[in-house]
Amino acid sequence: MKITILGGGPAGLYSGLLIKKANPAHDITIIERNAADVTYGWGVVFSDRTLASFQRADYKSYEQIANQFVIWDTIDVYFRGERLHCGGHVIAGVSRKALLNILQKRCLELGIGLQFSCEVNDLAELPAYDLLIAADGINSLVRRTYAGYFEPAIELGKAKYIWLGADKVLDAFTFIFRENEHGLFQVHAYPFSGTASTFLLECDEASWLNAGLDKASGAESLAYCQSLLAENLDGASLLSNNSKWINFPTLKTRLWHHKNIALLGDSAHTAHFSIGSGTKLAMEDAIALASSLERHQDLETALNAYELERKPVVEVFQKAAAESQAYFETIKRYLGLEPMQFAFQLLTRSGRITYDDLKFRDVRFGETVDRWYMQKVDGTEAIIAPAPVLAPLQLRGLTIPSRIALLQRASIARSILPGRCEGCPELVQLPLDSVGLVLTELTAVSAEGRITPDCPGMYHAEQLVAWKRLVGHVHNSSGARIALQLGHAGRRGSTRPRSEGLDRPLRKGNWPLLSASPIPYVQQSQVPREMDRAAMNQVRDEFVRAARMGEEAGFDLLHLHFAHGYLLASFLSPLANLRDDEYGGDLQQRMRFPLEVFDAVRTAWPQDKPVSAALSVTDCVKGGFSIEDAVAVARVLKAHGCDMLEVLAGQTTIDGEPAYGRGFLTALSDRLRNEAGVPTLVGGYLTTSDEINTILAAGRADLCIMEIARLDT
Amino acid sequence: MQVGVGLPSGIPGTSSRLILEWAHKADEGPFSSLGVIDRLVYDSYEPLTTLATAAAVTSRVKLVTTIIIGPLHADVMLAKMAASIDALSGGRLVLGLAIGARKEDYDAAGVDYRTRGKRLSQQLSTLRSLWEESTIGPQTARPAGPALLVGGLSEQGYARMARYADGYVHGGGPPRTFARTADKARAAWLDAGRPGQPQLWAQAYFALGDDSTIEAGRRYMKTYYAFTGPFADRVAAGLLTNPQAIAQFLRGYQEAGCDELVLFPALPGIYQLERLAAILSALGRSAR
Repeated sequence: MKITILGGGPAGLYSGLLIKKANPAHDITIIERNAADVTYGWGVVFSDRTLASFQRADYKSYEQIANQFVIWDTIDVYFRGERLHCGGHVIAGVSRKALLNILQKRCLELGIGLQFSCEVNDLAELPAYDLLIAADGINSLVRRTYAGYFEPAIELGKAKYIWLGADKVLDAFTFIFRENEHGLFQVHAYPFSGTASTFLLECDEASWLNAGLDKASGAESLAYCQSLLAENLDGASLLSNNSKWINFPTLKTRLWHHKNIALLGDSAHTAHFSIGSGTKLAMEDAIALASSLERHQDLETALNAYELERKPVVEVFQKAAAESQAYFETIKRYLGLEPMQFAFQLLTRSGRITYDDLKFRDVRFGETVDRWYMQKVDGTEAIIAPAPVLAPLQLRGLTIPSRIALLQRASIARSILPGRCEGCPELVQLPLDSVGLVLTELTAVSAEGRITPDCPGMYHAEQLVAWKRLVGHVHNSSGARIALQLGHAGRRGSTRPRSEGLDRPLRKGNWPLLSASPIPYVQQSQVPREMDRAAMNQVRDEFVRAARMGEEAGFDLLHLHFAHGYLLASFLSPLANLRDDEYGGDLQQRMRFPLEVFDAVRTAWPQDKPVSAALSVTDCVKGGFSIEDAVAVARVLKAHGCDMLEVLAGQTTIDGEPAYGRGFLTALSDRLRNEAGVPTLVGGYLTTSDEINTILAAGRADLCIMEIARLDT
Repeated sequence: MQVGVGLPSGIPGTSSRLILEWAHKADEGPFSSLGVIDRLVYDSYEPLTTLATAAAVTSRVKLVTTIIIGPLHADVMLAKMAASIDALSGGRLVLGLAIGARKEDYDAAGVDYRTRGKRLSQQLSTLRSLWEESTIGPQTARPAGPALLVGGLSEQGYARMARYADGYVHGGGPPRTFARTADKARAAWLDAGRPGQPQLWAQAYFALGDDSTIEAGRRYMKTYYAFTGPFADRVAAGLLTNPQAIAQFLRGYQEAGCDELVLFPALPGIYQLERLAAILSALGRSAR
């Protein structure tokens, strides 16, 4: 086969040598724009897994690369004058120049034609080929030529960054966070030789403008960075290679091959530098492409197999990179965290590394996290401490013995109805020993406030008897505490049991509904009555009555439902609240009635017992209640004595649903907790203690709802 | 996890005799269900008609659509047809609905393509009401009518499923893709406050035989999925072609919590069914 490779970077060279090695009969030419010894950039990093794949793919080049490696296994985090470090992350750095030299030599040794200083401006200029490999980088001519087919999409990051070198030898992958009068700058630095390191500086646009870096010359920029990092550089100098401040471009392409053309590395995809180098992905692409060509006779099949193998892997990597990039773009949110938690949050930012991973990699670091977490809770300086999930949570006078909350779903209901107080068999069967808090499902404050006829309630003497028995059972059989979740269904009331679907009105025996505005929830729903002041007084008093009954029943915590489109949520959202009186309009007015209910309940409920609330922190609809609104509401609720917020999303209307998946509410909880400074409770389909420990230690929530995972049979 | 088999009704040129023989043989086991897929502008049999035919020569297997394009049908007609198959088969119908992916089917049916998502949501709740009220009859085996599944890859698909249906149908792919889908479906289900668990169904394609047989199977896949453009090749590459692949695939889906996996043939020949049955029996799957 006659193979032309456009681009003589690591991807092009490595794919050439691997393909030639597998079949020396191939006639391969690599065309590079620059001269043989010209390179941009400094060092590149590879993980131990990537290194192992190099070793399998071509031992000769691996051996030479390995001789040049600087290998380290620690990540240092410099934050607020402290240095935290976590080991076990085997990473190797190598100078880009050395890497290219090794690969070039190996290509020549195998008989590959290398054409340097050869600029191609039009693919028509290329001599005939059977296979064209586009390793021509982010600005790929090949991809641009067939853009209609490949469908590339480039998104620019919000932050500014610059790729510098330094004649400083680091002994760890180093994150530096430096605040000055202009803003916050972060550095990703790593060694790549015995004499030099890469220094990537990144900052938000505001800091960049404040520092005047938009107008600065190359030399001025370098001098600014030099003085910014003087302490860390310790006499060493930053170096520029015609380096410029840019926004990171993330490239995705819908397809990676077209007929006899394959995209490779940066020409097909890029991923934010904060979780690894593009060179790593590019060289892994090269390995996959070469082995696919070796496996399959038919070119079309081979290119297909290459794309099928690599694209999903790269997409997962890009997703993690996007998480990491978003983290660095919004890092100001976390500046209030203590250094230990800040470091843990940083290390787990992309979602690929969890609490258990870190503990496995560096047990000392993991145990330090455990001790730190426990020490924050009870002030003790223990030699060993349990994992965060087993740390108690203190809210006012209440001690919740662990960070696991169980939501009682639809099962208590039948036993709490008036006249049906036969107990609560479902709850009795649950192992409550490690559970911190049992949360009842939404319990109606009045018969009109029920979602379904079976909805549990707290408005009748017989219910009080049943609840008392339930609370007694929880208290007597375990250390778990129990919260009463009070709500009013509003316009989502008077519906059939949810086993039959959501929001389906009863066949008969419907009761009238209330809402902020007279808008039915779904097309089939009853039109609710707009609440007047008398109705507001009544509902407020019902909440207070239910709270008093809850106290009598012995509940430990009161949880008010301000979410999912129920009555109080309907006031908060501009999609459900179209009132033109003092309870509608701007956010402050829309939250007036929910706040009034909160205040009344807070006053009626014992001072030493906590009150929390569930909030749909976004309607997931354009023009609806947003996370920014939620942060504002959270601050007000906190000021009014709210001790914790549960983070929920959507269901304000049927058009707004979050993107479901494992931990789908975690990012929202992180944002609410760290921007509004309130403790949060979060669920979102969490089924393992590892997920929960990761959330807790990183400060993304304070208490987690765990789902009992279904055991497949 | 139970394993069903698809009818070859989506393969051009399949004879009525083969459909009947296939259905009859599948009913003998070890399969738990018979599946059909849907497209309008194509040389294929209409799925509900096919299931009605299959119902006549079977007595045990569930009859499942994975999926039919709901919005192409008027709600009342679909409710009537589904209720009829359900009643005629003794309650064996499982109705999977989705919006489909081909505009040409909508154009041919004269149905608006843009509003298909909203239409499907509406249809799901309307079907339930029509069956429950049984004003149009016949009386379905269960008062609430046949189990309803929703398919489709959009994020709204999961919410739609959790809101109105009994479960989800995964369109295909390796087990780890299914695992992510299953997490999304379960997360949506719990968030909606539905009791229990969603039923999780999935489908895949197989072709068993020598290289030329497998190649013929791939060709069918590429033709059938040609409407997806370049993705047809990618779908064809996922074809299950040998016992090990099927064993691994089944185990992967089972571990990820799949309730029922329906394996569709890429070739119309009763020997394909026989070979699959032999593999499943060797894996210890009985006719139950």
